[in-house]
Amino acid sequence: MVERTPIFNAVCHLILLLGLLIALLPFAIVIIAATHDIKTVNIVPMPLMPGHDLMANFHEAWVRADLGRKLFNSFIFATAVAFGKVLLSTMAAFAIVYFRFPGRSLIFWAIFITLMLPLEVRIVPTYAVAANVLQPFQVILDMTGVSWLVAHLTGMQIKLQWGLLNSYPGLVLPLVATATGTFLYRQFYLTVPEELAEASKMDGSGPVRFWWDVLLPLSRSTMIALFTIMFVWSWNQYLWPLLVTTDPNFGIAVTELRTLIPSEFGLPDWNVAMAGTLLIMTPPLIIVILMQRWFVRGLISTEK
Amino acid sequence: MEKRVTFSSATIGLLFAFPMLLLVFVFFYWPSGQALFWAFTLEQPWGGGNKWVGFQNFAHLLKDPIYWNSIVRSLVFGAGSTAIAMGVALVLALLTDREMKGHRLYRSVFVWPYAIAAPALGLAFRFILAPEAGLLSIINRVWPDVWNPALDGNDAMIAIIVAFSWKYIGYNFIFFLSALQGIPRSLIEASAMDGSGPLRRALDIQLPLLTPTLFFLLVINITESFQDSFGIVDIMTQGGPARATELMVYKIYFDGFKGLDYSGAAAQSIILMVLVILLTIVQFRFIERRIHYK
Repeated sequence: MVERTPIFNAVCHLILLLGLLIALLPFAIVIIAATHDIKTVNIVPMPLMPGHDLMANFHEAWVRADLGRKLFNSFIFATAVAFGKVLLSTMAAFAIVYFRFPGRSLIFWAIFITLMLPLEVRIVPTYAVAANVLQPFQVILDMTGVSWLVAHLTGMQIKLQWGLLNSYPGLVLPLVATATGTFLYRQFYLTVPEELAEASKMDGSGPVRFWWDVLLPLSRSTMIALFTIMFVWSWNQYLWPLLVTTDPNFGIAVTELRTLIPSEFGLPDWNVAMAGTLLIMTPPLIIVILMQRWFVRGLISTEK
Repeated sequence: MEKRVTFSSATIGLLFAFPMLLLVFVFFYWPSGQALFWAFTLEQPWGGGNKWVGFQNFAHLLKDPIYWNSIVRSLVFGAGSTAIAMGVALVLALLTDREMKGHRLYRSVFVWPYAIAAPALGLAFRFILAPEAGLLSIINRVWPDVWNPALDGNDAMIAIIVAFSWKYIGYNFIFFLSALQGIPRSLIEASAMDGSGPLRRALDIQLPLLTPTLFFLLVINITESFQDSFGIVDIMTQGGPARATELMVYKIYFDGFKGLDYSGAAAQSIILMVLVILLTIVQFRFIERRIHYK
């Protein structure tokens, strides 16, 4: 602060407190509603004193949305996406920054163009690919005449089929296939001093050893930032999991929110719906609160 | 920027890039190409592959008032939520940047909404804004039937805009605050010494220096309003009442997976892709200008 402006400061505090209220009110309402019984939650206006039914509502939501299984799946899914993202990004960025070979800049652009089109806008054809991931290769073989040749020579029909619907790879892989992390890692590698690579080469280490023993340990903070942001991002995915997992065994928590919407008939049980919402939204919130520094840093550097 | 010291083995380099390239090919380039193919062809009713129909799918769409309705709704939604989310976040960031008492608390709490999944906050806001229970139902007590997002299209649109803006206030706040803290303190102090008040400084120093961030966030907010809105719409309104909240991505999902009209959905995807690409190109052009500020 550079000057003394007591009145203006008071106004600022007032606005900030109002902002705090706006930010926290929905959390408060969800928590309070989750503690009421079905009658109390439907009183207008809803009593702001918490009730005593939190555990009963948690239990009801847990059973109705099968949250034990679903939260576990969400956890696996988000961890796998974050891990895959970190691993593939560091590898791809390493190839782009530390190697000279023909077609390098083509690879660079092929990866970076994916930033332009998010999954949501190409959702229908991506779903078709997930139904059979080998379909692209089948079409290529058919078009180039390889299938025809094989059919004539050996009498075997080439039918490549590998469906990813209702499986963990089907959930995870399409979300890993974007350039966000690659860009972050490229920026990081460009700041690594040249002398490190020089010294490693002089000591006789090859590229794999340099990557594993020098770059990976150096990139620890980049890794944590990317992992945090990707974990939260994938935990919150909705449209893709909704399409790919029709089998309840592979469903994730966020798509289960659909089953928690109170029915139109009878007294709506908002208390159970809010208890379920609370359970589903808490894990990423805890991560953001605990890892705030990394989260903010990862967010700012992946988007720019 | 290029590295001076590099490795020469092309094979190892390609092997490192290979997993990413494979995924990008299968899940990005192939589907995008597929969308183009479907958009210009029509599946035959009795099988037998797709027939080339040229721009017929697009012509159908552009003649369809329901499609125009979804474009208009998306634009209203995008403009409304972007204005609210960016406006509120900018004010909060400017005030937090004054580093008064408690600014650490504000700095961390204002980020929280961005951690919440869009459908989760959709369900929360569906309750908060419900006409017969929750928080806003009080105004129906006072003026009966003023507010009902389940029946009134405008109310439903307001409800999803409020829910979406709430989440993106957190997002915009992060970027605004980090940009504000990048402005050298000496600039602020110098102009304070010259006798300018907080408002004058905000208008003449901070806002001009924020323009790259403002512009970047404008583009991101609009593109996110196309994508991240799906969960909110699906949980809160399902596109209703009477298509009042049927945004573009929701319509693609609905036509493609419920109506099984792949060609129509693909043509809509292409139009949306073109929109997003145009926005991104505008943004990339602006990034070049951003360098001048540094």
